[in-house]
Amino acid sequence: MKVAILQFPGTNCEYDTQHAFETLGAETEIVWHKSEHIPEDTNLLVVAGGFSYGDYLRSGAIAKFSPVMKAVSAYADKGGKVLGICNGFQVLTEAGLLPGALKRNEGLHFISKHHHLKVANNDNTFLEKLSKGDVVNVPIAHHDGNYFIDDAGLQELEENNQILLRYTDAKGEILNPNGSVDSIAGVCNKEKNVFGLMPHPERAMESLLGSDDGVAMLQGFLES
Amino acid sequence: MTAIVNISLKQGVLDSQGKAVHHALDSLKFTNVTDVRVGKQIVLQLDTEDKTQAMADVTKMCEEILANTVIEDYKIELH
Repeated sequence: MKVAILQFPGTNCEYDTQHAFETLGAETEIVWHKSEHIPEDTNLLVVAGGFSYGDYLRSGAIAKFSPVMKAVSAYADKGGKVLGICNGFQVLTEAGLLPGALKRNEGLHFISKHHHLKVANNDNTFLEKLSKGDVVNVPIAHHDGNYFIDDAGLQELEENNQILLRYTDAKGEILNPNGSVDSIAGVCNKEKNVFGLMPHPERAMESLLGSDDGVAMLQGFLES
Repeated sequence: MTAIVNISLKQGVLDSQGKAVHHALDSLKFTNVTDVRVGKQIVLQLDTEDKTQAMADVTKMCEEILANTVIEDYKIELH
């Protein structure tokens, strides 16, 4: 199992992501954004969190033109699995690999805390180790995490089971920290091989550090 | 030629910054403001005098990178 992790100027979660996947037994490789290829034996490509290109213009907007992104699109088009976390989610929406867009948080503040999430759909590689309705506790750390999609787009997400996670309280009741449409924290594409979420499962790997709920989430990719 | 691109959130997309500014104006007793939208302006210097070409070029720039048309509208002025 080989996990390739993208690194843009301003990415800052690549080593956390590497640590998380290596803890789970995967082999990893960090791929610099100037590379025009991703390693051939890649089983999962992760677009890690951070502030690519200083979030200039819009979060993720400049990164989508990095040389490596053509390879990412080609990999995804061939059915390769791609996971975007936080800024990686923003990059994937900007690149058109995932529907919707991430706006400034409704309260205009940067939010950094643990937050509960409820599994909306588990008929996909990412969340297959969890059950629909399970509540996990995972850190969020973002300024532009306010997911937007128009009504027609939202209906399509619902019909195709593309909504992965919703922000809730510990009991699984909707609790929306940032104004996201339908309290959405993560989505996947129609083909269910490209995944994006604002919360950081790679930061929830050890109960000593607050939660190990990220293990069950990321493990989905390892055992497929 | 100068191109001025004004980018703002689409009508129907909640503009939290606009709302916060509106609230602040209200606190300062500017009570006749009915709506506030906050956007951004990008000024481009173009090496052409051909307005049709310039409009086509800048429109392409807006569609590809300057605006995210999922949530934003843009207006282009040429001078």
